[in-house]
Amino acid sequence: MTAVTSRFEFYTVAYLTRICNQKASTLAQLVTGLDECSDASIFHHTFQTLGSHHFLTEGFSNDFAQWVLAAANRTELAEQLAALDVRDYVSLAELRSDLRRLVADYCAAHPLYAEQQALEDFNFCESVDVTMSLGMQAATLEEFRAVLEKLSHSSFYFHFITSRLRLHLQTNDFSHWFSEMLGRERLASNVNRIDIYTNTLDGARTKLLRLVDRELSRQ
Amino acid sequence: MSETILTDRIPLDEYAGLLGAAEIGELRALSRPLVGREVCMVNTTAVGGGVAEILNRLVPLMEELDIRIRWEVMKGGEDFFEVTKAFHNALHGVAYNPRKADFGIFLDYNARNRAHLDLGAEFTVIHDPQPMALIEARPAGKAHWVWRCHIDLSRPNEDVWNFLSPIAGRFDASIFSSPEFARQLPIPQYLFYPSIDPLSEKNRDLDAAYIQQVLAQYKIDPDRRILTQISRFDRLKDPVGVIRAYRIVKRYFDCQLVLAGGGAADDPEGRVVLQNVRREADGDPDIHVLELPAWSPLEVNALQRASTVVIQKSLREGFGLTVAEALWKKKPVVASAVGGIPIQVIHKHTGLLAHSVEGTAYQIRYLLSHPDIAARLGEQGHQHVRANFLITQNLRRYLTLFLLLDSHS
Repeated sequence: MTAVTSRFEFYTVAYLTRICNQKASTLAQLVTGLDECSDASIFHHTFQTLGSHHFLTEGFSNDFAQWVLAAANRTELAEQLAALDVRDYVSLAELRSDLRRLVADYCAAHPLYAEQQALEDFNFCESVDVTMSLGMQAATLEEFRAVLEKLSHSSFYFHFITSRLRLHLQTNDFSHWFSEMLGRERLASNVNRIDIYTNTLDGARTKLLRLVDRELSRQ
Repeated sequence: MSETILTDRIPLDEYAGLLGAAEIGELRALSRPLVGREVCMVNTTAVGGGVAEILNRLVPLMEELDIRIRWEVMKGGEDFFEVTKAFHNALHGVAYNPRKADFGIFLDYNARNRAHLDLGAEFTVIHDPQPMALIEARPAGKAHWVWRCHIDLSRPNEDVWNFLSPIAGRFDASIFSSPEFARQLPIPQYLFYPSIDPLSEKNRDLDAAYIQQVLAQYKIDPDRRILTQISRFDRLKDPVGVIRAYRIVKRYFDCQLVLAGGGAADDPEGRVVLQNVRREADGDPDIHVLELPAWSPLEVNALQRASTVVIQKSLREGFGLTVAEALWKKKPVVASAVGGIPIQVIHKHTGLLAHSVEGTAYQIRYLLSHPDIAARLGEQGHQHVRANFLITQNLRRYLTLFLLLDSHS
């Protein structure tokens, strides 16, 4: 979805993972990789991987944090990386900068760990996507609810999470539409607060449906 | 379609019960621009082996989406398959000194097959190295050719890879099962995980009565904990290491061990491994060493479902889809961090990884001590397989790849 129109148009996205010819086997190499990899790679290892692991609600945040924990065995840094919330970012450049800063600062403070070989390599990959309309639209909150109930994970994730990078706003497509087209600011704000790190995608959708139901019952 | 018999056609809508109608609806939406377009899959065998198993499922699903898909099987003589078997092993890192004539045999059979196979489709997917040189038949125009490499190329024999890599470079794209398995190539390399079919005999739900019957058949006590490793009797699956881990666990928990697999009947090395396993078991009545026939999907399914913990203590591994099979059945898994296993077992999220006999035993003990954590890992493992390793995901990836290739032309 490139622009909000009066009707909400539902899209979906299909991702493929492209393997890059870039690896890191130490934290120092991870810093270099974070400098040199593509934006599509930053997206893949953060936004996309969160979507493909949507069923995990405890401790999984992004591939970098998981690798630092499981392969490099540096818990403190892993926690710092995992604490980055993709919803705080409206550009991949900002996210890359924070990832890089955390790893580089850790390496500077712990030079011995910076060069220690991890159990496995970190393989940089990137996401390529195909986006398409599902041919479903909603003009009212009732119509929106009816489609939302049967939306796929990919479509939900596309509108709820990755929308930030498209809109360059700290919001999601749903909240943006509620606010801009339906004038329902409170609903927009409550929906934007749903925590996707402690809820599965199905759990987040259930919360969203509940918020919509509450809004409808007030009419 | 040449000599391919598609068995067990399962309509796409039957997957909706497991995955939801929305996921199946998306596959239909993705396939819409591909309706009526021609796809050709090429491999070297219509039956037996993982690739044929996948194509047997994938081809009917694409047909159902109104894609004009054909499955061509390349023919070869004994000399061809001897050479390609040697290539296959060499690409896995086994020592091999190829003769110039070997390369000639490879190219000659590919040339002969180019003469009679129908290779004019808009999208052609060549599976594994054997039919790679069919790329010479690529028609001019907007045909897209993809090389799907199912094997691990991380440590290939240089002579063989130096021969094959220029051929690989002529494709539009390549597909590997893990980033670890890929090589540096001048073409895009995509990651497609291998997949299991949740509705196949090996993975579909079973009646409890049938599971009990299988346990009774093999004299396994259904009322005591069961640790299971399903794998060929192959040194690289480390069945002896599994017995040693079991013996450590047994000091703390009453349990049985099931080592079930084939590969010993027609494989001299397998027979030696089986002898070693029996020697290590030393007559322990709680160790069940089961030689299953080569194709025993229902028995494997039942044994996995009856297990308390599933083990995959491989020393080296390709992708290790038996792990996905166990996770799909919501079983807690303890596995070695080798090959494609860490992609399936995300440590402490979808299972537990180990690096030694002692580590394997410790992780099993941990799961037996914490059944609630074991259940959570099993549930999350099931969701991981659902999101990433099912045949429907494989279908989705192919549809996406064809759409991408089409958009670039």
